[in-house]
Amino acid sequence: MAFDYDQYIRGGKLPHIWCPGCTYGIVFKSILRVVDTLKLNRDDIAMVSGIGCASRLPGYVDFNTLHTTHGRALPFATGIKLSKPDKHVLVVSGDGDATAIGGNHFIHACRRNIDITMLVFNNFIYGMTGGQHSPTTPSGHLASTMPYGNVDPSFNIPELAKGAGASFVARGTAYHAAGLDKLISGAVQHKGFSVVEIINACPTTHGRRNKFKSPTDMLLWMKDTFLPAVAFDKLPAEKTAGKFPMGVLFKKEGAPEYCETYYGLVERLKKQREGRA
Amino acid sequence: MAQVKLLQGNEACAEGALYAGCTFFGGYPITPSTEVAEYLSRRLPLIGGVFIQMEDEIAAMAAVIGGSLTGRKALTATSGPGFSLKQENMGFAMLTEVPCVIVNVMRGGPSTGVPTGPGQSDIMQCRWGTHGDHPAICLTPAYVQEIFSETVRAFNLSERYRTPVIIAFDEVIGHMRERIEIPDPGVLPIINRTKPTCPPSEYLPYDDSKGDVPPMANFFEGYRYHVTGLNHGTDGFPVNASPRIHTDELRLMRKVEANKAEIIKYEEYLLEDAEVAIFAYGISGRSAKTAVEAARKEGIKAGLFRPLTIWPFPEEQIADLSGHVKGIVVPELSLGQIIFEVDRCAKGRCKLEGIYRVDGDPINPAQILAKVKEVM
Ligand SMILES: Cc1ncc(C[n+]2csc(CCOP(=O)(O)OP(=O)(O)O)c2C)c(N)n1
Ligand code: SF4
Ligand SMILES: [Mg+2]
Repeated sequence: MAFDYDQYIRGGKLPHIWCPGCTYGIVFKSILRVVDTLKLNRDDIAMVSGIGCASRLPGYVDFNTLHTTHGRALPFATGIKLSKPDKHVLVVSGDGDATAIGGNHFIHACRRNIDITMLVFNNFIYGMTGGQHSPTTPSGHLASTMPYGNVDPSFNIPELAKGAGASFVARGTAYHAAGLDKLISGAVQHKGFSVVEIINACPTTHGRRNKFKSPTDMLLWMKDTFLPAVAFDKLPAEKTAGKFPMGVLFKKEGAPEYCETYYGLVERLKKQREGRA
Repeated sequence: MAQVKLLQGNEACAEGALYAGCTFFGGYPITPSTEVAEYLSRRLPLIGGVFIQMEDEIAAMAAVIGGSLTGRKALTATSGPGFSLKQENMGFAMLTEVPCVIVNVMRGGPSTGVPTGPGQSDIMQCRWGTHGDHPAICLTPAYVQEIFSETVRAFNLSERYRTPVIIAFDEVIGHMRERIEIPDPGVLPIINRTKPTCPPSEYLPYDDSKGDVPPMANFFEGYRYHVTGLNHGTDGFPVNASPRIHTDELRLMRKVEANKAEIIKYEEYLLEDAEVAIFAYGISGRSAKTAVEAARKEGIKAGLFRPLTIWPFPEEQIADLSGHVKGIVVPELSLGQIIFEVDRCAKGRCKLEGIYRVDGDPINPAQILAKVKEVM
């Protein structure tokens, strides 16, 4: 039986704003399948986003949803999670949202290892504002503000997340949609800060400018460029040039989770006072 | 039995927040407001509340809004540079109508300015700090006891009108220690946000058909609604270029404008027969009171109008006052900001003289008295 996406989509909120050929819809569907497979109670989910094309996603889903300011989804989500540690808090963010204007919040959420699932839709560009370069735009690529080719070095989001202290780090792509379900599901189930970088295509503001003839070309590029981490790790160094690993790239069990530590302190103080009384 | 304590203004602010039922503080350290955070970092974990020091003031403001959306009463405290950083998210809370309280212990500015000295030069930023048209409520206590009670009132107004409320005082009263009485629970009224009573399927988070302040559902209580900083319809979802935007923004302003009688609070001191009035708030209001007393001793009929609510501005009261006195003196720790509001309301009906000072010290009573004499 075909999966019934409508059960999670708010009545009357489609069509979405995304362009034809945009891969965000693929990820959108993957998220809904995961929520269904994990049987999450939708009353217990808060989905929080910043600003950008990716950040419009929460508007379509039937959860508690919060569309905040550019780059700030994580601190809003932190306030929610720390207030209600037993709820599921999912953040949807673009590459610019998460690593440029929101970069500071990103590394600090990683450092706290707070139990939030962070889905970074990396399309290598500022989609919503018309194709300016982002901290992930590949070197040499054309962008509306890099008319001679990008001179800015780029972030490797999983490395950044791992270095900053996230305890679950994964990378998937819109092309490998079935694998994406597993990654998002693993991230949601993981206790701690989990980051999934999801490689996406923005044909409108990135592909067209950079010699991708069609959205399909961009998906085929993902197919050729991203290899399962196990396969990637076996390749000799000279063969990994221009390729990237995907899958669960880092996972640390048992790292202290922020809410547990905080409420552990609350409990300890309570016991101390009871002991004294 | 009320508790009697010797507290700093900043500590009294924290006590006021706890009295009001605040269980969430998100902050970032900055002089001269840091003691609010320090005090709550000790107290909140003891009552199961949340204290978090965020990575910056932008994040602190965001966390506070997130906490409030789950039903907690939430506070942040800051000064000058931090207050500037909070502005975008404060606007978010205004448009999305999420209650929260922001304390600004004012210092000199712009930029790093005078971190350890008092200032009153953020007062227009308290009104117009974030971009766009928006409502503003800002309270200006002058005594440690008042900081306590006005903090309670700030939470009440914020919950009542679903809007951020600013409390603005300054370094001197933030750090000054005075005797205060903390009343027993239940003595001061506590207001909590109105929750929806309809079934979730019928809930419209911004339905204004039954009043300007729609009931607010907390996250995770079954209502599953959408909150966005885009202009939105009654259902909370974005609208584009719609007449609804205009009427809804008018409603946001009306929440405050139409309830001025309830929101505006002030002290009038020896104004009945006054020939010269002083308009002053916060630390300048305290100096002004001493100046009035000194003037009266010399037989000069001076009086004081001391607003505890600076925004919305007590327009009618000042208009009325200006018709009864020869002049109004406005001392402020800025190069002249609030005097323009007084001018706007006095409309030339009396003389108007400012006293400005930004060197990191308060305006002293002698300065004010001298100006009062000039105006007589
Ligand atoms: C404070 C602030 N600065 C700038 C913007 C303008 N802006 C909106 S979306 C965006 C970039 C979005 O890019 P990304 O996060 O990669 O998301 P995408 O649109 O590509 O999904 C920018 C710069 C804004 N809304 N707020
Ligand atoms: S601009 Fe790019 S990211 Fe935005 S919807 Fe269109 S294709 Fe997708
Ligand atoms: Mg992007």
